[in-house]
Amino acid sequence: MARIELNEIKHSYHPNPTDDEDFALKRIHTVWEDGGAYALLGPSGCGKTTMLNIISGLLKPSHGSISYDDTDVSAMQPEDRNIAQVFQFPVLYDTMTVYQNLAFPLKNRGVAKADIDKRVDEIAEALDLKQDLHKRASGLSADAKQKISLGRGLVRSDVAAILFDEPLTVIDPHLKWDLRRKLKEIHKEFKLTMIYVTHDQVEAMTFADQIVVMYEGEIVQTGTPEELFETPEHTFVGYFIGSPGMNFLECTVDGALALVGGETIPIIPSYADKAMRAGGKLKIGIRPMYVGLHAEAVEDGIAAEVINIEDQGFCKIVTAKFGDNAIKARIKDDRSIPDGKCWLTFPPEKTKLYCDERLVK
Amino acid sequence: MSLKLKDINKLVGQDVHLKDINLEFESSSRYVILGRTLAGKTSLLRIMAGLDRPTTGTITADGVDVTGVSVRKRSIAMVYQQFINYPSQTIYENIASPLKIQGLKKAEIRAKVMEAASMLHIEHLLDRLPAELSGGQQQRTAIARALVKDVDLLLLDEPLVNLDYKLREELRDELQKIFIERDSVVVYTTTEPTEALMLGGNVIVMHEGRILQIGETADVYQNPATTQVAEVFSDPPINFMHGAIAVGKVTMDSGFGFEATARMNDLGPGEYTFGIRSNQLSISSDNDENARLTGTVALSEINGSETFIHFKHDDETIVVQDDGVHMHEVGTEVHVYVHPSNFYVFNKAGELLISPHND
Amino acid sequence: MSKWENNRAWFFILPVFVIVAFSAIIPLMTVVNYSVQDIFGPGQRFFVGLEWFREVLLDTRLHDALWRQLTFSGLVLLIEMPLGVAIALTMPKKGWASSLCLVILALPLLIPWNVIGTIWIIFTRPDIGLMGSLINSAGISFDHTANAFDAWTTLMLMEVWHWTPLVVLLAFAGLRAIPEAYYQAAKIDGASPWAIFRYIQLPKMRGVLTIALLLRFMDSFLIYAEPFVLTGGGPGNATTFLSIYLVKIAVGQFDLGPAAAFSLIYFLIILLFCWLFYQALQAVEGGEKS
Repeated sequence: MARIELNEIKHSYHPNPTDDEDFALKRIHTVWEDGGAYALLGPSGCGKTTMLNIISGLLKPSHGSISYDDTDVSAMQPEDRNIAQVFQFPVLYDTMTVYQNLAFPLKNRGVAKADIDKRVDEIAEALDLKQDLHKRASGLSADAKQKISLGRGLVRSDVAAILFDEPLTVIDPHLKWDLRRKLKEIHKEFKLTMIYVTHDQVEAMTFADQIVVMYEGEIVQTGTPEELFETPEHTFVGYFIGSPGMNFLECTVDGALALVGGETIPIIPSYADKAMRAGGKLKIGIRPMYVGLHAEAVEDGIAAEVINIEDQGFCKIVTAKFGDNAIKARIKDDRSIPDGKCWLTFPPEKTKLYCDERLVK
Repeated sequence: MSLKLKDINKLVGQDVHLKDINLEFESSSRYVILGRTLAGKTSLLRIMAGLDRPTTGTITADGVDVTGVSVRKRSIAMVYQQFINYPSQTIYENIASPLKIQGLKKAEIRAKVMEAASMLHIEHLLDRLPAELSGGQQQRTAIARALVKDVDLLLLDEPLVNLDYKLREELRDELQKIFIERDSVVVYTTTEPTEALMLGGNVIVMHEGRILQIGETADVYQNPATTQVAEVFSDPPINFMHGAIAVGKVTMDSGFGFEATARMNDLGPGEYTFGIRSNQLSISSDNDENARLTGTVALSEINGSETFIHFKHDDETIVVQDDGVHMHEVGTEVHVYVHPSNFYVFNKAGELLISPHND
Repeated sequence: MSKWENNRAWFFILPVFVIVAFSAIIPLMTVVNYSVQDIFGPGQRFFVGLEWFREVLLDTRLHDALWRQLTFSGLVLLIEMPLGVAIALTMPKKGWASSLCLVILALPLLIPWNVIGTIWIIFTRPDIGLMGSLINSAGISFDHTANAFDAWTTLMLMEVWHWTPLVVLLAFAGLRAIPEAYYQAAKIDGASPWAIFRYIQLPKMRGVLTIALLLRFMDSFLIYAEPFVLTGGGPGNATTFLSIYLVKIAVGQFDLGPAAAFSLIYFLIILLFCWLFYQALQAVEGGEKS
């Protein structure tokens, strides 16, 4: 078990990087607490796999250092770092039984037979693998195989962290939630530092207590699922988390009002003030579920035109347009939706202000 | 064009892939085939395309028998799960390829390619090779190639399944608009209820090679004919409880109970299956008539803008949908509220008796 | 129209069918024809039933040749398979060094078989051959034309030199196909190099090694050109393998009947061994699935 510290990490795959573009990781400086469940979330090419390889030791960063519990491990090989990893597809020893697979890491480290038996039994119990213990691992289903891969990490009592690289890719959709629950349970039971890499928000938000959102080689926000949803600190987080993502509208600020294409939207004055002084490119952002949609004119309502309605069963996604601005509103099923003309409202406490893509706080 | 499938059966060895399929497709219409993996969706598409021949049954297009007529001789385009493009040709050439085969004039090809490319927002990528594009862009190219020639029948086999969810969201949105404007019969398969709902049109619900229900998408969603349809057409799966109606009260096997609604009373006493979609359950109550269920949290799954709380209630796992993102610690107790009128009621054979959306 | 489209498939199979008929079925039938008749000349032929088969099966020289052949093939496989795998494991995995290794290894495979015999005749000559004269100058008498052991050694060396590269190429392809994640997982699990070989590389190479084993068995069991050129089956009968003996009967003595019967038996023996190998490997695989 370990606390992982990433110290001013930069990485480039180019031998002589010149500008920012050449860096796969631009500047990573963060600490992950012992026993935490973390997710690294981002689209493909955001640097999350590079980061994972740096943590596991497969890759040496061009700059900076990494330490586990205050021990610098930057120069250590993966096998010396005491980490375990679950890959995208199951990696098993085909010719071995489930028991032999689970016992393998212990056998290699010269653990006594009786201790191995005891530990394997414990882990098989936790992962619901007991009934298959003496079957060939290669004949099992994909979800059982992934559990075995995880089990090989768990059997070791000295393991510092378990890394997951999109481990549910090959799992049937209806089995996924079962495995997610299992992972949660395992985390609770074993109190291990777990780092889960994925591009899927559901996976990340369901698994992790803390989500590290990566975008173009940088960490743009670290927070709980609730924080990422309610107060995205970067427009990318707003867009990437939630479906549909946050609405963003370019604006200018005047007093406690944001001006969007001639219309005015009230915002919290202190933020407006800060944004005015910061003087970058400004945007307002609001989650579709907080956009108010009205059939009649209301106070502070902006007149708009409904251009599309998508039925999601439990809710409807309404796209409305005013001027050149399109706004999506998420409306619960049982409310009637105006046809054509409508009025939109933006509750000030839910309307965020962004300056050069960063949240104004 | 109208396409008619009559008594189609498909057997491979001893396995029944399709059983007694009867379908009719009208032009300028959209159909979504919804079903889990191995429901027979792809088998059906392949037969419609003429890539496979049914074991028995006939396919007629505008009254002409086309069973087993090769796909090359018919006006069909198909998009697959995998991103299939010609690797050595540029995006422009890829999109233009079906038109070149038709022998169109250069200028005409150019105009059509540009139109299809702009529809799918890949105009700026036309000089590149497929390998230089992201998965989403590659699939856009494949879709553009399918759209560029005016086919009678456009088949899409889970085209978005291999894309990131954000890309899926964007493309789904755009495809819906593109399909509405088409004159062709568009048939689209998916495993995801949300996708089926968003594409609208008509839905064909399949399970294990059979058609379970056909109808207007929203209507089928609201009034699933059987428990099986309700199961396939709900994400997360609909919650079922078994129970009995007696003297004005509903009592589930788990002991959970509530006052029966008038419609339930009309059914008369007996045993029934009750279904409730996760969005009809809530963790706060705004109505005195609501019944209350208690359980412990097994997992909270956060899906975009909703939280699905899986909780254990007397050995059964029930899923409740909570708007927004909220963490619920595993193992904590939750109270869940439900209005009795929101229950679906099915008889023992699994046929729908009462739907909350239909009086 | 649709019936026609379906039946058209047969036309695509026809060319292969014709080629196979001319290259395999017709010659084989001719051999069967010879094996059951005694032929004196045109028009003078008698049906003799299984007489030739009986004669050939009772021929002690054939028994000797068969044992010689089996020993030879067995030894060749015992050396080539492990050696090939060992070379594949130790050679560079990527970059120009890897390509260079592959090219050098492939060289023996490009030389015509009869030329190989000639090369080795010269190479092992006690007077002018590099190897022959070196060994003799070291005080060991070496002459593959006079000494049976020397003849065998030379043939084995030649065979191993010639064909081990094929095993290497196949094993190398098998190794390259193992995803990197397996090695990472093994490292993390603290596996020793031997454990990595035993539990990852060997199981993952099983498919290609089966093919290598079958190919090498069949080829070595049919060896002809090399001993024919190098030793001519001698000294004495020391290197008279099945194929050499067969040619002696057929061409040397012109006993076409027995030769045909012999050919068929030879053919059946190879089929039998291939089947046995295949079954054995299937059994291993099946055992792993259950």
